[in-house]
Amino acid sequence: MREFYGVALATPLMLGTAQYPAPSVLEAAFRQSQASVATVSLRREAGAGQAFWDIIRGLGVHVLPNTAGCHSAREAITTARMAREVFETNWIKLEVIGHADTLQPDPFGLLAATEALAADGFEVFPYTTEDQVLAGRLLDAGARVLMPWGAPIGSGLGLNNRYGLRTLRAAFPDVPMVIDAGLGLPSHAADAMELGFDAVLLNTAVAQAGDPVAMARAFAMAAQAGALAHAADPMEPREMAAPSTPVLGQAWL
Amino acid sequence: MLAPRCEGAVADPAIVRHGQAAAGHWAEVTRVVQRGSLVVALPRDRAELARFARRTSGHTAVPDVSALEPDLTGPHRALFMADEAHLDPREALGDLVRALAARGVTVTRDTVTPDAVLGPVIDARGMAAGLAGLRGVRGEMLVLRARDIRLSRPVRLLHPRHPLYVVPRADGVFMLGATQIESADWRGISARAVLELLGAAYALDPRFAEAEVLETGADLRPAFADNVPRVVVRGRVLHLNGLFRHGYLMAPALALQAVAYLTNGIKGDLVHAD
Repeated sequence: MREFYGVALATPLMLGTAQYPAPSVLEAAFRQSQASVATVSLRREAGAGQAFWDIIRGLGVHVLPNTAGCHSAREAITTARMAREVFETNWIKLEVIGHADTLQPDPFGLLAATEALAADGFEVFPYTTEDQVLAGRLLDAGARVLMPWGAPIGSGLGLNNRYGLRTLRAAFPDVPMVIDAGLGLPSHAADAMELGFDAVLLNTAVAQAGDPVAMARAFAMAAQAGALAHAADPMEPREMAAPSTPVLGQAWL
Repeated sequence: MLAPRCEGAVADPAIVRHGQAAAGHWAEVTRVVQRGSLVVALPRDRAELARFARRTSGHTAVPDVSALEPDLTGPHRALFMADEAHLDPREALGDLVRALAARGVTVTRDTVTPDAVLGPVIDARGMAAGLAGLRGVRGEMLVLRARDIRLSRPVRLLHPRHPLYVVPRADGVFMLGATQIESADWRGISARAVLELLGAAYALDPRFAEAEVLETGADLRPAFADNVPRVVVRGRVLHLNGLFRHGYLMAPALALQAVAYLTNGIKGDLVHAD
């Protein structure tokens, strides 16, 4: 697996920490899934009081604060700076939301914020679309990791544009990339990993499942299966049928 | 609200189990309205309603919402939980104090910590008790008066982002709740919460736009990691705490288990003794 700002992750699963029925369920989901990264929102959670932050720290995984809910570069930059102080990490998952309904990233605000934060010593994980031009500009601005979306946040639609994501993966073969947002089923996670992405990040699909703990485990297994399959160099689809057992010389009765 | 079945969509099964008896216990001391609760979703969010139905029990599908609540005329899809109930929390608390007084219990208002009291102490101070493992979960609510809207039972609006419940009280007053944020932020209600709660209420019935805002509220719900209340025994002090969003729903069960422990040493499932 490619490294994230010098950090090699033990597993390709990153989990969000919002929307669980209770913190005890969140803890169990993390344990079962062996997720290696927890994302946490500064604006809505853990902003005041130590209790929830202590729970997150107690998970024993890497913490990736995010700027969820920020609608401008300025807001995101301020939130990132506060997150750095609270969580004592240079990692920041940068979200600059451009559209209230689809929650799709604002590419212009995202680029501006990436530039400012990278210059300020942050290790930026920009939440972006599969747009290859934007990806190149984000890398030029100082990002060393990309987080393209699968589909709109919380939609559970899976990989909405497989062609675009495959092209993006091929265009920047050395850049660590995480499919972030839109995954609804473990098969979506396997799909992303089979395409050669380095990790998947999800929240709603696990937190709002009827049994979040079982679903977390299912996602972990799927992500690992997809990673294993990608490393095993899968066959290419072909149109001609090719029997796995030769038919020539078989008895003709 | 005394809505254990609705809470069961996300809460621990212990809440549903113990909550069933709450309406009966409260009816011994205060006015409990037994008219069920209604769970509605806008057509776009029908998947939310299907999921809610799968995760709860004791409901029936409502083909025509206006047959139950004539004021709800929108294209809502709905579930009806017939055996749920609601009460007015402030009225209930006053009635409870009066019922205690009638049994010879003296109520004293003072500032005191358990150390300063002799004998067995029941400490139900919520966040102020400072118990280990207790965290604050922020909740925000609004109280409105809309005299032209009539609802006879609590209505929950399911929404992927802004779920809402509306509880009717007397005199055209409605309680709108509630946000649930993992934060111990103790400030007043946020502009965002006001916008979200009112926006959701407007989606339910546009006449809420003309309502008079009587009150806003923001406070912390004390909760343990599993969001299930506990009787925590620390020597002669019994801490009744962690009622989270289930104060009126779980108070009877918690009180009964505290009494059983104090009088007979019985350790119910909510009792955590050393």
